[in-house]
Amino acid sequence: MDCGQHAASLSYAAAVPVYLLGLVLLIAVAFFGEITNGARRWLNIGVTTIQPSELMRIAVPLMMAWYFEKHEAILTLKNYFIATLLLLLPVALIARQPDLGTAILIAASGFYVLFLAGISWRVILTFLIISMASMPLAWSTLHDYQRHRIMMLLDPAQDALGRGYHTIQAIIAVGSGGVVGKGYLSGTQSHLDFLPERTTDFIFAVYSEEFGLLGNLVLLSLYLFVIMRGFVITAHASTYFTRLMAGSITLTFFTYAFVNMGMVSGILPVVGVPLPLISYGGTSMVILLLGFGILMSIHTARN
Amino acid sequence: MKRHIEFKDTQREIHYFRLRLALSLGFVLLLLLILLARFVYLQVMQQSHYQTLAENNRISIVPIAPSRGLILDRNGVILAHNYSAYTLEITLNKVADLKATIDELAKLIDIQPGDRKRFKRLLADNRKFESLPIRNRLTDDEVARFSAQRYRFPGVEIKARLFREYPYHEQISHLVGYIGRINEGEAAQLEEDEMAANYRGSDYIGKTGIERSYEGELHGKTEVLAFVSKPGYDPNLFIDGIDEQSWNELNNSPDVPLNNRALRGQYSPGSTIKPFMALAGLHYNKRAPSYTISDPGYFSLPGSRHRYRDWKKEGHGSVDLFKSIVVSCDTYYYGLATELGIDNIYSLFSEFGFGKKTGIDMEGEVSGLMPSPEWKQKRYKQRWYAGDTVSVGIGQGYNLVTPLQLAYATATLANDGVAYRPHLLKEVQISRTNEKRTLATTPESNLNLNSEHLALVKSAMVAVTQPGGTAAKAGADAPYTFAGKTGTAQVIGIKQGEKYIESKIQERHRDHAWFMAFAPSDQPKIALAVLVENGGHGSSTAAPIARKVLDYFLLGKMPQPLLIEDDAEGVEHD
Repeated sequence: MDCGQHAASLSYAAAVPVYLLGLVLLIAVAFFGEITNGARRWLNIGVTTIQPSELMRIAVPLMMAWYFEKHEAILTLKNYFIATLLLLLPVALIARQPDLGTAILIAASGFYVLFLAGISWRVILTFLIISMASMPLAWSTLHDYQRHRIMMLLDPAQDALGRGYHTIQAIIAVGSGGVVGKGYLSGTQSHLDFLPERTTDFIFAVYSEEFGLLGNLVLLSLYLFVIMRGFVITAHASTYFTRLMAGSITLTFFTYAFVNMGMVSGILPVVGVPLPLISYGGTSMVILLLGFGILMSIHTARN
Repeated sequence: MKRHIEFKDTQREIHYFRLRLALSLGFVLLLLLILLARFVYLQVMQQSHYQTLAENNRISIVPIAPSRGLILDRNGVILAHNYSAYTLEITLNKVADLKATIDELAKLIDIQPGDRKRFKRLLADNRKFESLPIRNRLTDDEVARFSAQRYRFPGVEIKARLFREYPYHEQISHLVGYIGRINEGEAAQLEEDEMAANYRGSDYIGKTGIERSYEGELHGKTEVLAFVSKPGYDPNLFIDGIDEQSWNELNNSPDVPLNNRALRGQYSPGSTIKPFMALAGLHYNKRAPSYTISDPGYFSLPGSRHRYRDWKKEGHGSVDLFKSIVVSCDTYYYGLATELGIDNIYSLFSEFGFGKKTGIDMEGEVSGLMPSPEWKQKRYKQRWYAGDTVSVGIGQGYNLVTPLQLAYATATLANDGVAYRPHLLKEVQISRTNEKRTLATTPESNLNLNSEHLALVKSAMVAVTQPGGTAAKAGADAPYTFAGKTGTAQVIGIKQGEKYIESKIQERHRDHAWFMAFAPSDQPKIALAVLVENGGHGSSTAAPIARKVLDYFLLGKMPQPLLIEDDAEGVEHD
């Protein structure tokens, strides 16, 4: 057994403890978490503060893939149901913090596992119909700022100096970049401080303003390259667990990139999602590279 | 939903998995295409639109308040200038709770109730997005204290602004005037005149005096070049809006400091009109220079027992035209006025500018009053009596003049009947180019007076300031000869047979003292009129002031503090 195989099996072995640890921490956050900006996301563990939801980004698909591997022989509706519960429990806890962006992305990564594990189309369709129908109910449980973000997506101009400001300034940055961009370090929107969060969630607006459509094409191509590579690894993964895991990691990576660029260019609501491999931010980078590590170990452990 | 998968059927399972994977890939590619389409839309199709928006973000047009022009006198002494100071300003729509913000600011910076009141008034007049000063002229300490706490006060800023200052405070306030915040009426006027764009950057406009009449020149570019009304007020008080207390003090003062007397004060001219009356007598051939009367000390109209008294009870004896001016003989002019008739007097006096605005370059001038039978009919619904003319003859009738008018008439006399329009402005200097524009001085009219008549009247006026004249004291030891005439304007009437005793009359009811003069008498360079309200005799109060002005103007001699003798008995009188 080489090193990669070892890592792959290590992640298999770690799935349950990591998931349970994350769950415990999330519950702890719900009770003892520190409140910043109106959200209870952080847990003070004495030496430092941690954000358990970040851990769940990897722990949830890990746990679900482990669960499907465990019951690979005969997958019944009950198995999918239990897997969904494994997903929804942390997602609900995170959405309650509230941290809608992370909750949605973890839900997506779990859904990819379910989808690749072969959940039937009928279940997916039923779920879609039910969720459509329950939209009004969901709306009523959302926080005001979450509703605002969704409303702003529909019409950012209605509150140009308030909630819509981020979106409008980001779109202006992207649009004014044109085909070739304003040049490296020459973006007026970003360097004159019209753009908020320009090193983190909105860094794509800076990039897009300075490098234009051509720069965007390059970036999209690079992302596509990584994603295609992920798909190839997924397709050749040796076990059920590694297949599900690799697929989920690849699709989640794509989701992050898409949601971030979509939000900056104004086709998705503003949710706090970093642009993978580009946004500044330690935790999300660690989790991302952890995912790539698992992906690479899956590749080395292939048949 | 139960699905049986054969234990060994991994091939099928993998196939099934890869199908889902392929679907995922399709999903990924579709979404990436949507993103790409969005980028093309934003960056190619809408690029110019967003380019404009980005430029608008980047470039904002901030109107810069122009530096208001300086006002200098003819010697280059600064009468109004600008200095830079810090103001603390609040933009209302950026502040959540105005009162709390101001209370909080008051802990750092001295904010008086008066400041709050003024701010409230500004709020009422201005729009929410304008930044309005809560405190002007912050000290360096206050600037530092606020800067350190600035983060606590969104919407509150320190701004450097140019302030107007009048170094001479009350001395020349009526001349220079003051500036103040543009009010609604002025804003509407600017809008109408299509000047509003010029005022985007500034909140101030000239309100009175030169500041107002030369607003167009002063606003943003130039510099301007005596005329005194006392008591004055401190124009610096008005720039930021005067507080109620100071305003009441000024407005209710019995000395009426806000009144620009030179321009707006109307007084009986008294004996100062005698030289003009004498000219009229010569002009209409009613008097020859040699014609002599015998003055008994009073004048009566034919068929009347009413006595028009001379100021000198026992009379001046034998009086000709020359002497009538030198000793200011009333009796001579009672008779002359009666013979001239009001129409002739009106006609020549109008030419000297009495009863008309001089057209000086300053707002608010009043026209005085030159009475005529038509005027009396209209005003009092009464006919003109012969007695009215008698009173007009010594300047105590209906006629009213402003000090400016008298100075103007004196200048016209000094210029041998050639009238020039008076102006405060000498030249305008464009600071950017240093180009100077001097005001054209062309005669307004020529009265075409006989030069012999003029010479006679002028020589009599010179004699006034020499031993034996009514202003001999003021003229003593002058190294130049000057012509003058004293005058007294009655404030209250004295009944027949009563004596005017100054010491027994309240100061407020004492006569006003006049002195008109021009100098040097042969080549006049300056003409002036001095009025001292309730000053008593022109000879003792007004003439010494005139002398000091002449000394300063002709000799450059700085005036010493003036000591006015209060000689109630008045050796000299007019």
